[in-house]
Amino acid sequence: MIAPVWLLLQREMRQSFRRWSDLISPLVFFVVVATLFPLAISPAADVLRQVGPGVLWVAALLSMLLSMNRLFRDDYEDGSLEQLVLAPQPLVLLVLGKVLAHWLQMVLPLLLLTPAVATAYDLPAEATWVLLLSLLLGTPALSLIGGITAALTVGLRQGAGVLAVLLLPLSIPVLIFGSRATDLAVTGMDTTGPLMLLGAMSILAASLAPFGIAAALRVSLD
Amino acid sequence: MPELNPQNIGLSASGLLLFRGERCLLNHLALRVAPGEGLVLRGPNGTGKTTLLRVLCGLTLPEEGDVHWNGIAIRQQRNEWQRALGWSGHKAGLKSELTVRENLEFAAALAGHRPGDIPAELGLAECLDLPARVLSAGQQRRSSLARVLLGNALVWLLDEPYTNLDTQGQAYLNACLDRHLAAGGIAVIASHGNAHSALGMTEQTLMNGALQ
Repeated sequence: MIAPVWLLLQREMRQSFRRWSDLISPLVFFVVVATLFPLAISPAADVLRQVGPGVLWVAALLSMLLSMNRLFRDDYEDGSLEQLVLAPQPLVLLVLGKVLAHWLQMVLPLLLLTPAVATAYDLPAEATWVLLLSLLLGTPALSLIGGITAALTVGLRQGAGVLAVLLLPLSIPVLIFGSRATDLAVTGMDTTGPLMLLGAMSILAASLAPFGIAAALRVSLD
Repeated sequence: MPELNPQNIGLSASGLLLFRGERCLLNHLALRVAPGEGLVLRGPNGTGKTTLLRVLCGLTLPEEGDVHWNGIAIRQQRNEWQRALGWSGHKAGLKSELTVRENLEFAAALAGHRPGDIPAELGLAECLDLPARVLSAGQQRRSSLARVLLGNALVWLLDEPYTNLDTQGQAYLNACLDRHLAAGGIAVIASHGNAHSALGMTEQTLMNGALQ
């Protein structure tokens, strides 16, 4: 069962490291958006501490949206998506490998940058850890939900716009619990509840979304 | 699995009906290709040869009718069918950043077998370790075909395989087709060139949604 996931993961990794410039732009986007807010709102520390969790979560979400559009588009255009769909392997596991690769390439680096960016919002160390943890638990759900919308829109010419319209409303629950957990940490309260819900959402998405992605890809190729 | 009736062995389709907008591309089309037989689809551009091939391999669902492999509808045995199928479409299906060798190795792993040797006749010896994006159109076509030719699929569905191939490449493809059919394989090819010479190949023209 692991073999098809691993096969795709390996291919995706090898390929994107040879085109590493694609990996940079979502990261730069994340950092720029996150630094624009302190400049635009107010440099007052207490204001920043209040908006910080929400802004960082939105910045992460938008940065993921930016890269999500490419998830299946290249494969669709060069014809390798047809090969994946027609391969004698469970498509559900192949797409799981693709989404996993996308998360490792696009989201994990973003998590590594988060502590540095969080200093711009004067978040206490405790809250920064909770922010990281909430991103770690919540972004897999976003990747998987994004995978469904990317698979549905891959054949459309205006795919990127439709993707945003579909994905952003679906990501609201993750966004609410993610920024809420960090908010609670800033004020020094217990964060277990929202963090557990984020984890539950990711587990639920991991067990259901691959089926949705596989079905959506078959429709897009029809 | 129901008992295999010799009448059923091979690839067949019946009552295929498909509309694209207002146009009827496949009008209750039926076909049958037995092991060791090849079918060459002819017809002017836009008559639906590619669409028919995509229906046969299962990418496109017809509005009515079914494609059968050994007597069972392919959508009821997707896994068995896809193990028997080798598909080479319009698009090469190569990852541009990976080398030809890596692309072929990935295709072999995906099909579930070990990558074999790459014969010199394929004409890819010099570019095996180049990324696919720098290949010429002919070399890309060769690499894309190599995935099918070097695999162990029983049914080859090839869409315009002669496009961009030089005479040596066409001869190699013909030799592969001869060998494949002699070994009891099946091939369905959409082509308007007349390069192939293989034994056991019948030609049919797709016109107004039916084979003639």
